Amino acid sequence: MTAPYDFKNDSVVVVIGTGAGGGTLANELAQKGIDVVALEAGGRYLPGDYINDEWPSFSQLAWLDARTTSGSWRVAKDFSGLPAWIVKAVGGSTVHWAGASLRFQDLEWKVRTLYGDISGANLLDWPIDAAEMASYYAKAENKMGTTRTNGIPGLPGNNNFKVMEAGAKKLGYKNVHTGRMSINSQPRDGRAACQQVGFCFQGCKFGAKWSTAYTEIPKGEATGKLEVREHAHVLTIEHDANGKVSGVVYADKDGNKRRQAARAVCVAGNSIESPRLLLNSASSMFPDGLANSSGQVGRNYMRHMTGSVYAVFDKPVRMWRGTTMAGIVTDESVNDPKRGFAGGYFMQTLSIGIPFTAAFLNPGAWGREFATAMDGYENMAGMWLVGEDMPQESNRVSLHPDKKDQYGLPVPNVHFDDHPNDIAMRNHAFKQGAAVYDAVGAVRTFPTPPYPSTHNLGTNRMSEKARDGVVNRWGQTHDIANLFISDGSQFTTGAAENPTLTIVALAIRQADYIAKQIAAGAL
Amino acid sequence: MITKENPRGMTRRELLQTGTAFTAAFIAGTGFLAHADDAWAMELKALKPKAMATLIQMARDIYPHDRLADHFYAVAMKGHDEKAAGDAGHKKLIEDGVATLDAMAVDAGAPSYARMGWEIDRNRLLRQIETTPFFQAIRGGMITGLYNQKEVWPYFGYEGESFSKGGYIERGFNDIAWL
Repeated sequence: MTAPYDFKNDSVVVVIGTGAGGGTLANELAQKGIDVVALEAGGRYLPGDYINDEWPSFSQLAWLDARTTSGSWRVAKDFSGLPAWIVKAVGGSTVHWAGASLRFQDLEWKVRTLYGDISGANLLDWPIDAAEMASYYAKAENKMGTTRTNGIPGLPGNNNFKVMEAGAKKLGYKNVHTGRMSINSQPRDGRAACQQVGFCFQGCKFGAKWSTAYTEIPKGEATGKLEVREHAHVLTIEHDANGKVSGVVYADKDGNKRRQAARAVCVAGNSIESPRLLLNSASSMFPDGLANSSGQVGRNYMRHMTGSVYAVFDKPVRMWRGTTMAGIVTDESVNDPKRGFAGGYFMQTLSIGIPFTAAFLNPGAWGREFATAMDGYENMAGMWLVGEDMPQESNRVSLHPDKKDQYGLPVPNVHFDDHPNDIAMRNHAFKQGAAVYDAVGAVRTFPTPPYPSTHNLGTNRMSEKARDGVVNRWGQTHDIANLFISDGSQFTTGAAENPTLTIVALAIRQADYIAKQIAAGAL
Repeated sequence: MITKENPRGMTRRELLQTGTAFTAAFIAGTGFLAHADDAWAMELKALKPKAMATLIQMARDIYPHDRLADHFYAVAMKGHDEKAAGDAGHKKLIEDGVATLDAMAVDAGAPSYARMGWEIDRNRLLRQIETTPFFQAIRGGMITGLYNQKEVWPYFGYEGESFSKGGYIERGFNDIAWL
């Protein structure tokens, strides 16, 4: 049997979403000879289609379906309809990610044990650990071509990195380098080496940065066992009288409803759409939504502690030239409660163009302070701060009580309040980031608040016990054996690291499990 | 935007003679606003020329870049005239907003907002209206209206699109010399 598959073919695995999780899983299953239908809400855009221009690119790639926000986070005030900046396209957010590929630290798999009980935080140990994940991380790094692994040299540092590096070293930081990046420093896997274009967030026009859009997906399609349907927005997941999922209903590119049967469904729509889908699939058998006996579907939404520091110097930096995320400082990423908070954070270089700097440097700000900051753009350096934020049950994705989308389904609301630990960590990070730049002569520094979230995690979390989460150690939902979660919504806790490498590693491992289950007749 | 000639068939000189000076920078005529020094004029569909001149001053006060000539701000504000032409609610928002600003300026002893001499005084008035829908419409629109004009980017040193030039690997991505 090969692609394309009939709607009524109930022997296919349906994968919803084709990003880091869904795209990897779809290919891994296809390579094992399993028939897969991957449904992607967005269109297919490849390097020739990407646009080196921030706002047109945003219109091309961003998930812009209606969303609402609530809570005390500043995003709800400044960008009330845009809680997250993620991608609606084949490849998902691997189209626009910066490429940072860091493994969790060993201890970060068990932070309920490590940090103890933190008031207000819904901490929980992952049911898996570093030993379990080591071989899968290795496979992911090889798949993605992560620099500083597999004999792949680190990328060269651009001007923005050199400023951060010089300041960090002057402050006494010891671990400063150009990162573990899934961007080719040499040609590899049929893709070019990085040419330092500087529009990583707009899709890599040289294909040097790994994205499932032009790696996993075409490799899977080449087996004949993977059919990708674009502009296929899944609306609901259906189940049979035995409580097993039986297929999905999706809207095709013309808005017509289609039903695809399935032997198993793997949900990888990123952490807002995935829980929304489960909640919108409520039925008389599952009145609280699918796989939600714990009540945790949509809860524990995490976005990482983030913020940026930009600095102006008296001489040019030209930070836009070259890779957006050109290097990291890892010293603060360890758990060191003497600083006044649990968990750690990274400093990672970041640069955005004039259009996005105007929008995000200090949303809502105006007047001469802001304008002169913009005037300093050519002399500006920038970094992103990213660290572990606390899962809180009240931070959640839920269905809006009134607002409906273009298909008549409730839109998702993202509610978020910072935890005191998040605030303490951010304040420390702002201070240290500014100190890095001050050490090399910054004339001004700016603490930029978090952007609409590019890391979205935790809303269908892994747990040992069914009452504490949504999925088990394999990403298989506790309640429904043939329903899986395959994206970052599985994350029990967020760790400090950028999530993509872990999402890919989990997908490789989940494919192994699903294949074994199919072979054993269990799926 | 109109430069040396305009669709009415007048030369720029003839056009300016039909208007009257409104601040040192602008000349307001029937249905047009012209810049006294730079060779541009703007035909207006819905807003009055003095209202547009006030908007341009307000826009500059919101995001003051002393190296950016007025026409960049005029381009940013033109969209409000276009929108006002098709949307009576937006026309009223702008006209009432400008009228309010001018009334506040008169209260402060100036002939109009645009004629207040010091930016700090105009700023003080803007701070008082900064949460209003009028102010937010002007400010919010400028994020793209001003900063997404490609002609503006060179003033900030930003080089824009890079792929067609082969990226920066041989064009100074790591050439910093002062560290």
